[in-house]
Amino acid sequence: MNTMNMMDVGDLWFSYGKKPILSGASFFVEEGTLCGLFGPNGSGKTTLFKCCLKFLAYARGTVCMDGTDISGLSVSQMARLVSYVPQDHAPPFPFLVKEIVLMGRSPHLRGVFGASSEDKRKVCDVLDSMGLLDIADSPYNQLSGGQRQLVLMARAIAQETPLMFLDEPTAALDFSNQLKVWKLVRSIVDDGVTVLACSHDPNHVSWFCDKVVVMGSNKILDSGPPEDVITDATLGTLYAEPCVRSYSGSVPVIIPRFSPGQIPSFPWGACP
Amino acid sequence: MEREMSAHERLVPRATGTGDLFAVRGKQRYLLILMCMLLCSIMLSLALGAYAVSLKGTVSVLVAHLTPFGDVGSLHPVQDKVIWNLRFPRILVAIVVGVSLSVSGAVFQSVFRNPLVEPYILGVSSGSAFGAACSIVFPTIFFSVQGTAFLFGSVAVGAAYALSRVRGDTPVITLVLSGVIIGSVFSSFVSILKYVASDTALRDIVFWLMGGFYYASWDDVFVSLPIVTLSILFLWSYGWKLNILSMGDEEARCLGVNPEHAKLAVVSVATLLTAYAVSLAGIIAWVGLMMPHAARLLFGPDNRYVLPASALMGAIYLIVCDTIARTVASAEIPVGIIASILGAPYLCYLLRNKGRVIYG
Repeated sequence: MNTMNMMDVGDLWFSYGKKPILSGASFFVEEGTLCGLFGPNGSGKTTLFKCCLKFLAYARGTVCMDGTDISGLSVSQMARLVSYVPQDHAPPFPFLVKEIVLMGRSPHLRGVFGASSEDKRKVCDVLDSMGLLDIADSPYNQLSGGQRQLVLMARAIAQETPLMFLDEPTAALDFSNQLKVWKLVRSIVDDGVTVLACSHDPNHVSWFCDKVVVMGSNKILDSGPPEDVITDATLGTLYAEPCVRSYSGSVPVIIPRFSPGQIPSFPWGACP
Repeated sequence: MEREMSAHERLVPRATGTGDLFAVRGKQRYLLILMCMLLCSIMLSLALGAYAVSLKGTVSVLVAHLTPFGDVGSLHPVQDKVIWNLRFPRILVAIVVGVSLSVSGAVFQSVFRNPLVEPYILGVSSGSAFGAACSIVFPTIFFSVQGTAFLFGSVAVGAAYALSRVRGDTPVITLVLSGVIIGSVFSSFVSILKYVASDTALRDIVFWLMGGFYYASWDDVFVSLPIVTLSILFLWSYGWKLNILSMGDEEARCLGVNPEHAKLAVVSVATLLTAYAVSLAGIIAWVGLMMPHAARLLFGPDNRYVLPASALMGAIYLIVCDTIARTVASAEIPVGIIASILGAPYLCYLLRNKGRVIYG
């Protein structure tokens, strides 16, 4: 095993009943990088995620984080190793933003009533650095989707783990919030955290990730730097609708491939 | 390194603001006010009743019994008997029941992530009702109404829990549905017992189901105070974890709280507490649903405050209800009826005006 890797997944198998979801997934993530887990809906991204976080018990294989096999770790040991930013959701009770972020400190709390002034100071620090102090006293479930996503990320940052998992961080956001969140993820990585983010947008992973792991039909198709992996051939395997990689300046952009005659009058091809 | 410096510098002018962000003094003041209200309601309830005692007389009875500065022998004997042997234990039992129901209500609402859950959701009430009815109809086999009610209340919840457990996991919806199933099974058992019961037994069953503190004695107090105090402290120690549990299982897990262990611990203690409260006083509706709501209105959703606040409010509420129950008419009215009648307008108010605050 390569000890330089923050995360090492070897030959992971998982199935729901008899339906196989993961058949022998292996990949690794180097320390201090942003790794994108890319694949279409239903390709097993989320399952792989949940297996790595021990939400689901995998049948075979190993997951190592920071050099430790996670199968022997307790829930609280895991929580000090990896933080998780779930997809946007609305909890049933109107907790305030500061309380949500303080929850991120839970793995480090000792006493019954927990939160020391040190923990609270860290929460303030994180809220301040993300520009969220103004909404610190607002109920979380009255915020917009973009703000909620930022709060959940603030919570994960406050958790101070070497690894962070993001589940579709931008799936429910508008264009400008998507860019904002990805840039924030980049800055988290620059601070030394290793991030694994799953996404179904080929543009996002090729613009922001250091490495991309491509999943399709329950296994890992390819992994490596985005310019080597997000290619016409890969996209052709993944999607029935053919796509093509183009360039805007030096930035790669994935666009649908149009058959002749579709452009220019009806670019989206509904009418002949 | 440079990033850290700049973040720190920006924080320096906020050094005092940092403390303010998590200020708790307002909440502690509310808790103190609630405690004072509880003491006032105890005093009033001691003084009021069919045999009226002045506040001064009430205080002197309490002083004589609770502090070394008084002489029990010099008290008015009837006043002493009414206050110390009848009303005071009854009030303490009302407190115990109110506290138990409202704290378990708050716990259930957090664990099941639903502000509309009440502690009877898993079938405790029907189980206990069946136990009590058994004991009333067959007094020779089930000699203790309280014990049998407690036993069957726990059995019902245990059955619901076992029924909903799938591969080491207990999904909330399955759990609630099995609670409903088990509850309806026990309700029909109660109906069978009502059908076969004699007229006096039937009357006893009906009265038990409506709830009341008629038979409260010092023995009940001595048994229940330690049990309930310990359970409440245990649940309170889970206050912060309950906040995290209310975010959902997966998030709880990634925040370092094992949802299966924590849920099993708090749900079993809350259930035993509810079963115990029901076995003491019969089925008193709404308290376990309403008090956590009211506490959340005042304190926000943080369970470290919601639990003690709803405990105090539940105690006050049941004292008030019980005082009304035994003073408003010449015959005593079952307290469950008063609690429901008083509770309904409050719930309507919540629903119409505060829905957004509570349900988000």
